[in-house]
Amino acid sequence: MWPGAVRGDPRTMPIIEVNGLRKAYGGRPVVDGVAFAVEEGEVFGILGPNGAGKTTTVECVEGLREPDAGAVRVAGLDPRGDRDELTGILGVQLQESELQEKLTVREALELYSAFYPDPADWRELAERLGLTGKLTTRFGRLSGGQKQRLFIALALVGRPRVVVLDELTTGLDPRARRDTWKLIEEIRDSGVTVLLVTHFMEEAQRLCDRIAVFRQGRVAALDTPAGLIRRSAGSTVISFAPSRPLDDGELTGLPEATTFERRDGRVTVHGTDTTVNAVISLLARHQITAHQLRVVDSTLDDAFLQLTEDQED
Amino acid sequence: MSASTAVLRAELRLFLREPFSLFWIVGFPTVLLTILGLIPSFREPDPDLGGSRVIDLYVPVNVLLAMIMAGIQALPPVLSGYRERGILRRMSTTPVRPASLLAAQIALHFAAALVSALLVVAVGRIAFDVALPGHPPGYLLALLLGALGALAMGAAVTAVAPTTKATTVLGSIVFFPMMFLAGVWVPVQAMPGPLRSVVEYLPFGAASQALGRAAEGGWPDWTHLGVTAAWAAVLIAAAVRWFRWE
Repeated sequence: MWPGAVRGDPRTMPIIEVNGLRKAYGGRPVVDGVAFAVEEGEVFGILGPNGAGKTTTVECVEGLREPDAGAVRVAGLDPRGDRDELTGILGVQLQESELQEKLTVREALELYSAFYPDPADWRELAERLGLTGKLTTRFGRLSGGQKQRLFIALALVGRPRVVVLDELTTGLDPRARRDTWKLIEEIRDSGVTVLLVTHFMEEAQRLCDRIAVFRQGRVAALDTPAGLIRRSAGSTVISFAPSRPLDDGELTGLPEATTFERRDGRVTVHGTDTTVNAVISLLARHQITAHQLRVVDSTLDDAFLQLTEDQED
Repeated sequence: MSASTAVLRAELRLFLREPFSLFWIVGFPTVLLTILGLIPSFREPDPDLGGSRVIDLYVPVNVLLAMIMAGIQALPPVLSGYRERGILRRMSTTPVRPASLLAAQIALHFAAALVSALLVVAVGRIAFDVALPGHPPGYLLALLLGALGALAMGAAVTAVAPTTKATTVLGSIVFFPMMFLAGVWVPVQAMPGPLRSVVEYLPFGAASQALGRAAEGGWPDWTHLGVTAAWAAVLIAAAVRWFRWE
């Protein structure tokens, strides 16, 4: 859909560029030197605990807030200075916004279509988002999931090049959340760049090509989901219930193991594939049976917790 | 269809879905006029009022009441709700300015107040034999200035109150004294001299005097028109100065 926009191609300009972004409220820095670049066609995640500056950052991208310092460019446009052009190419779903209580789904779609010079066919959008049966329903009577789907439709109705989705699935039940993820994948497949703010690890892991992990107003790490997991110490987790107790000494001596813990007769070791092999030979050497042996890759959750753990300091 | 037409159309539909709001703006002033008109003594010429009947004075008063209902009672919670619920914010991320939403609501409340005013004049004429405004251009000018003042006061209330709840409370607090100044309890012409000389310089007191004069057939006093316009200007300035988009 967007010829020339090959992901990761150094010749293409990033579609979103944020550099040295700072924003303080009442002297308290909320965003403190954030920088990242999003390539066209990418699903770029912003992940972080509450208060890490995620929403403020995307509000600067959307042009809703004036940065105290730093530069933001979306398709080469200044979100505040070039507002008129920006609003034409940027679709937005805000974290906390509603529509007029008594506006029907159909009226909302028609209204927002009229805002753009070359809108998408709202009937088709409604169809894709499963809203066809709800066209005459008023906004106030929609369920949480239906409201979110309508907001996605409104974010897409202007045929944007970039959509910003801020905590899209917060408050949805697991099923509605999964349905929404499918939609985001469809948006990505149609060539639209997606900037996704979330605090669900599973969501970020499944949808995002790259993730910026925010911590206290800064980017603590920026990588692919797999890269972030690899980076975290002890990315493989081995756990088992030994048939007889093991010495601490034996466990600390395991190669490449980062941590181990015992709880309720169960031993959990974080390490690498080498650690797994070492555990198995250790058990064999001592003729210990490992009941309920589990070897799992650590998840983005673990990586996230490590990256953000001193948040409270 | 242009974007602002689309906004106006959508807001008109929404406006027509608010039966309470419609009743208070369009219905209530006429209902009040009818109740007052059913009191026999109000239909008798009163020598204290220069031979006019009380009901004659109440037609312009209820016309002004329609403006106050629309501007101060109905409009502020709508504007404030649009701000509080993020509707203005959502719109500011589109190519359309959120000001067009506010403008549409102000225009619709103004239109509803005009319909209400026509209804009051018509019912006054048909049911209670109240003469039509004797000086139509003067009447229209006084009415427009009064409407401007009421809408500006509503906008100013929205601007200074932080939440929808606060807007509703502040709107009601302002609403009752303004009804008094407009002459809903005692028509301004029937107020004791010293009180009247103060009320004439306050919002709606002057508008009431101007409307009353034009109803009788004369061009309104320039002082009354000037005071009404000045209040509208001050309130618009206050609304612009203090309004926050979020």
